[in-house]
Formats: sequence, structure tokens, C-alpha cells
Amino acid sequence: MTQSPTTEATEATEFAFSDDLVELRQMVREFCAEVVPEEVVRAAMESDLGHDPALWRRLGSELGVLGLAVPEELGGDGIGLVAQAVVLEEMGAALVPGPVVGTLALAVPALSVLPHSALAAELLGSALTGTTVLALAAPLGSGTFESDALGASTTRDGEAWTVHGVVDHVPDGAAADVLLVAARTADGAVLLAVDGDAPGLSRTAHSTMDLTRRQARLDLVDVPARLVADVDAAAGACEQAARVGAVLLAAEQVGGAQRMLDRTVEHASTRLQFGQAIGAFQAVKHKCADMFMAVEQARSAAYHGAWALQDGTDDPRLAASLARAVASETYFRVAATAIQLHGGLGFTWEYPAHLYLKRAVSDAAVLGAADDHVEQVARQVIDGA
Amino acid sequence: MTTAETPPDAGAVEALAREVVAAHPPATTPLTDLMGAWYDAGLAWVHFPPGLGGLGAERSAQPRANRVLREAGGPEPRTVNTIGYGIVAGTICRFTPPETAARLLRPLATGEELWCQLFSEPGAGSDLAGLATRAVRDGDEWVVNGQKVWTSLAHKSAWGVLLARTDPDVPKHKGLTYFVVRMDSPGIEVRPLRQITGRASFNEVFLDDVRIPDSQRLGDVGAGWFVANSTLGDERTSLGDRVPARGSGTIADAIDLWRARPDRHTPVRRERLTRLWIRAEAHRLTADRARVSAARGTPGPESAITKLVGSELNQAVYEFCIDLLGAEGALVDTYSPDAPDDVSGPTALQRKFLRSRATTLEGGTSEIMRNVIGERVLKLPQEVRNDKGKPWKDVPR
Repeated sequence: MTQSPTTEATEATEFAFSDDLVELRQMVREFCAEVVPEEVVRAAMESDLGHDPALWRRLGSELGVLGLAVPEELGGDGIGLVAQAVVLEEMGAALVPGPVVGTLALAVPALSVLPHSALAAELLGSALTGTTVLALAAPLGSGTFESDALGASTTRDGEAWTVHGVVDHVPDGAAADVLLVAARTADGAVLLAVDGDAPGLSRTAHSTMDLTRRQARLDLVDVPARLVADVDAAAGACEQAARVGAVLLAAEQVGGAQRMLDRTVEHASTRLQFGQAIGAFQAVKHKCADMFMAVEQARSAAYHGAWALQDGTDDPRLAASLARAVASETYFRVAATAIQLHGGLGFTWEYPAHLYLKRAVSDAAVLGAADDHVEQVARQVIDGA
Repeated sequence: MTTAETPPDAGAVEALAREVVAAHPPATTPLTDLMGAWYDAGLAWVHFPPGLGGLGAERSAQPRANRVLREAGGPEPRTVNTIGYGIVAGTICRFTPPETAARLLRPLATGEELWCQLFSEPGAGSDLAGLATRAVRDGDEWVVNGQKVWTSLAHKSAWGVLLARTDPDVPKHKGLTYFVVRMDSPGIEVRPLRQITGRASFNEVFLDDVRIPDSQRLGDVGAGWFVANSTLGDERTSLGDRVPARGSGTIADAIDLWRARPDRHTPVRRERLTRLWIRAEAHRLTADRARVSAARGTPGPESAITKLVGSELNQAVYEFCIDLLGAEGALVDTYSPDAPDDVSGPTALQRKFLRSRATTLEGGTSEIMRNVIGERVLKLPQEVRNDKGKPWKDVPR
């Protein structure tokens, strides 16, 4: 019997994943399985940048999955944030190394909401093909744009802008070809483009727990810069980056957590102790069930966030914080439980569980920790109650 | 109305529902008349055959019909006869001859004959298939002896559905048979069972040489487990046509209390409430996702978890409320067995707190639900079962 097409669920309904989205997911999953096996991730960990530029270009140019949420008039595919979230989920499952945070989650969303300019179009165009790595240096550490915490300031001489100051913990800051730096002026924040090789810029790469997610400290001394967004647009662009970034990272977290659940179930089904597969023991089985429930809740929150930002079905700030509050907590807890249920194997360098645990930590550490987003929800929901 | 060849689509079902509520305005029509018209029009179970309260339509059209009824001020049909609509109707439709089914289904649909479920026993809760109530054949009749428990509505019901052991010499699942039984049959005694809330919303049912005609057997002898399980799926797929609004339901009690008691606001409680709200919202969104998947014909694993998550959340919410209330949280205004069903009054939250302890037991304990998720959803290996393959009579109990 064919399903009636007359049910209430239409393509516009939240959580109604269209056939196109299902196909997109399958395509990215197959690509990751073929092109990004664990050895590729481990090679990236040992590399200078923490990722493989050639792989990133393939994702941008060959697969074309870096600009799905960017409007067509800006050179993107104009499909929507849900599609981009699907891609991120699959990339997260495979731990695809790349400038996901700096470029895909932050810089691209920021540029996408700016009034048209030649510079923004140029940056966006080269970022979407994967040829240029961008990073956003803005105070987003609590999950929202904090304009009073700007580390950089700027002075202007005609059309010539110069940036000064220190910005630390910039995701993909060392790998970036161009840095978008939020800088203070007397009238408010502006967003400036600083070339990676600009005179006066020194970048110090931090040594990170998750070797595929790098951070850098930027020391800026009279660095020449180009204006990307003026005081009217910069704060909004940074806020947009915070929200879209939150939703995309939540999707990545769901993907990673799901993969850890799958690996754990596989292990529990084959590992024999006391004469039986350990997954038959309720102590193990019930933990797996709890992991499953947590992943499903996180998936709901993450995709609600994507639909809310895409179609305006909910307050974007609340939806983004909800997604991150649930997904950050879930990814860490699921990865930690995965290590526990793998026993000693889970604690080895050789087995990939630690890669996911470390990704869970690095994901939760940028754009506001879970507790920051719980606080945001409290302010928006409870304090007004 | 409709031709026999082409069952109505969802739009036609909805239109028919509008006709019925227009002809029988819920506000002025007695409930049994309204539900009778609803049944006669084929709207009680639209996927059932015509003549048995159905239209042969797609099951997915049911929520649209129910919404029409609800919006016209009528009841959610389920509330008219909870067990009847929930599990009995589908079983009757599938396992009785049409003339018997017609005789049973109409009064079921109208609520004139309530139904109860005689499944659980003192010795068979989570392990339902191990139940011990015996049915022994005697000519055209069966003689039943045993005890059932947690039977809601037994004292008000005209009929019960009964699982009984007809063959103790085979493994537990294979020796059960499914019957329908008149609750006024000689030998049936119903005693109220009092719960920790003080109320008696369930019963114990004692069966002492109760005689059931063989014509009231549903399915083959020994096929009772199959018959019982064939409708369990119905409940899972009968998810509503809508998801409650954000902040409604259980969490609303916590938010309302928070609002009413600013004197009890502390940062610790604010955080605790926020985390509860987030859990409630993630749960609500998951239920919505399950609904969308089911409506699109691809029910996903989400539905398996909403019961488990919802019940544990329910408890956590009322634990928060009790703590927030302080000394007042230790009060209960009545333990009367006759206290009303709708929990209200000065200590409503305390009584809901007590009631919430049942949510992780009824309909599958949380432990069993985790086994179900582990084994049926995640496909983990089954735990060792000592009764596996053994004749029922040889299993310790």
C-alpha cells in the first residue's frame, strides 16, 4: 500500500526530511566513508594545520556542500540551513578534518547576511569552493556576541583601516588565509578583513586537546585591513554567526554522538566476557539505551534549531541555545560512556573513541559551553516566567 | 457517501466528519448518540471495514476526523472507552467474525459497554507471558481460575479481554489463549486496589470457576500471545495528530509554581528548573519528530523512547515541585479512595508527585523499556533467560 500523500505533514513541516535531504545525507556519508577513513583524520592530527586543504577543496568544489545555506545571489546553493546541518552531521560522524568552525560555522554565516559588497562576495566565493580558509575573530565565547569584550580596536585614515590588539582562542586562526576581525571603534564594532600574511600580524598556534581543531592567538600591531562590515552591520553579522554556528555545531555533535553509539553497540555485541556478549548484560545494555535516548533528544533539538533559523519557526536565539545546551551535553556524555563501555580498549590511542571525546570537548568549548546556553535559556524562558 | 470500490481519502473523511458533527452538534447531543452516529458513519476507526465503524480508509486519516470532532466540542474518542479504543477494538476487528464484531463494537464505540484488560497478575508483571490463570476446556466452554491485578475500570466494565493459560506443558508464550469475558459472569469478583495515592483507580479481579463459551475465544487455542501482541503496535502508531504546545503539560506545573512562589527563588532552583524545561522541550520536539515520521509512513525509533523519557521527566518535575514547596511539600490533604480523578485541590502537586511514581512502572517499567530499546532498536544480544524453551510448568515461580 502506498502512503497517503494527504497527511498533515508537508514538505514545509519541521522534521519532514525530504527525499533530497535523504539523498544528500547518503552522498556525504559515502564520500566520508571512501575519502575520509580514520587514517586521514589521524594524518590531519599530525599535520601543521590540523586539516588537509586538498580534502577541504574537494568538499567545496567537487561535492559542493559548503554553501548549501548561502543564498544563490551570494554564490551559494540557497537550499537552506537544514541541508547544511545534514552535511555537518555526517562530517561529524566521520570526524572530517577541516576549518569547520572558523570557515563553515562562523565566517560564512557572517558574510552571508552582509549587504552586498565586492569584498564580501570575493571572500564568500573563495570560501565556498574550499580554496580559501577564513576565520572569525570575535568575542563569541559565551555563545553570543559580546561587543564590550572586543580584543581588537581599529583606527581609520580615509579608506585605510588599521587594526590593533590581541584576540585569543580564534578557531582556525592559524590556518586562515583571511581573518575577519571584529574591532572596536568609537561608534561600535566593525568587521575587518586581515590577510594572513599582513605585516604586523603574528599568530601563535595553540597546542590543542583535539588535534583536528586548532586555535590561535592573534597579536595585531598596526595591521592593515579592509572593511567588511560597518557599525550598522557588524554586530548583526557576528550574532548571526553565533546562532548559525551553534546549530551547525549541534548537528556535528549529533553525528559524532551517533557514531560513538553505533561503535559501542557493535563492540557490546561482539565482545565476549563470562561466556557471552557483554551487550546482553543489563548494566551495559541500559547504558546503551540511555546513549540512544540522549542522541535522539539532541537530534530533535539540533534540527529544530536548523528549521527555526531556516524557516523562522521559533525564536532563533532560544532555538540555537536549546540545540547547543542539549547537543554539547549529549556528545560529551555519549563519548565518555563509549570509552567506559569499551573498557581498556576505549582508553587506547589506537582506538578512535578518544578522538570523539576530544572532539566533544572542543565542540563544547567554542561558541558557548553547555552551561552558557542553559543560562541563555534561563534568561529567555525562566526569568520571564 | 462512498462507493465500495474506492475508499475515501483523508479529505473525504474529514468532510464526512464535518457532516456528522453538523447533524449531531456535540454540545446538544447526548454522548452515546453522538458516538453512535460517529460509529455508524464509519469514523470510529476509519481503517476498519464499512459496517464495523470504519470506511476502509487509510489509518492516517483518523487524526483529521478526530480533530474535527474535538474542534466541534466533542470528546477525544479514546476518553470514552480507554481500553476499548486503545487495544480491544483492533483485536475484535481482526479476530472475530463480522457479525460478532458488529455486536461488540458499537456499544464499545459509544461507551455504553466499557472494556477492561485482564492481563497482569500478581506473579506476572514484566514477564506477562508467564501468567498463571488457567483455562481448562469443558465441552463448548472454558473454565477459568486465577487472579488478575492492575485492572483499571474492572468495576465499571461490561466486558474484559482475558489472557489465560490453556497449555502448561509448552513454553510460556505458546500456551496462552485470548478470550473476551462478560464481567458479570458468575465467579468474577472485583476488589478495588488502593495505591500509594490513597485512591483506588485499579482493581484486583478474582476468577473462580468462571465459564466462558468457546465462541468468545479470539484466535486459535495457544495463539493468545500473538493475538495480544497484534494490537500492541496499534497503540504505538496511534500517536496524536498534534504535539502539545511548548511549556504545556507536566512542565507547566513547575513553571506555574515557580511563578507563584518568588519567595522560594534561588539560583540553584532556577538552574534546576531550566534544565527540566530543556529536557521537557527536547522531549516534546522528539515526540513531534516521531509524529512527523509516522505520518510520512516511516515510523522511526523516536517513538520507542517517548514513553521512557516522558515518564522519568514527569517524576523529575514533581520532585522539583515538592522540593520547592518546602515544608508544604510534605502535606497531603486527602488519601480518600474516592478522591476525584482530576487531581486538584490544595495539595494537587503533592498528589501528582505520588502518582508520578507509577509512570515508570505502568505500560512497561523503565528497566523493561531499556531492554526493549537495547534489544529491539539497537539489536543488542538478548540477556540470558532461564525459562527459554522450557515448558511453563517447569519454570520456577
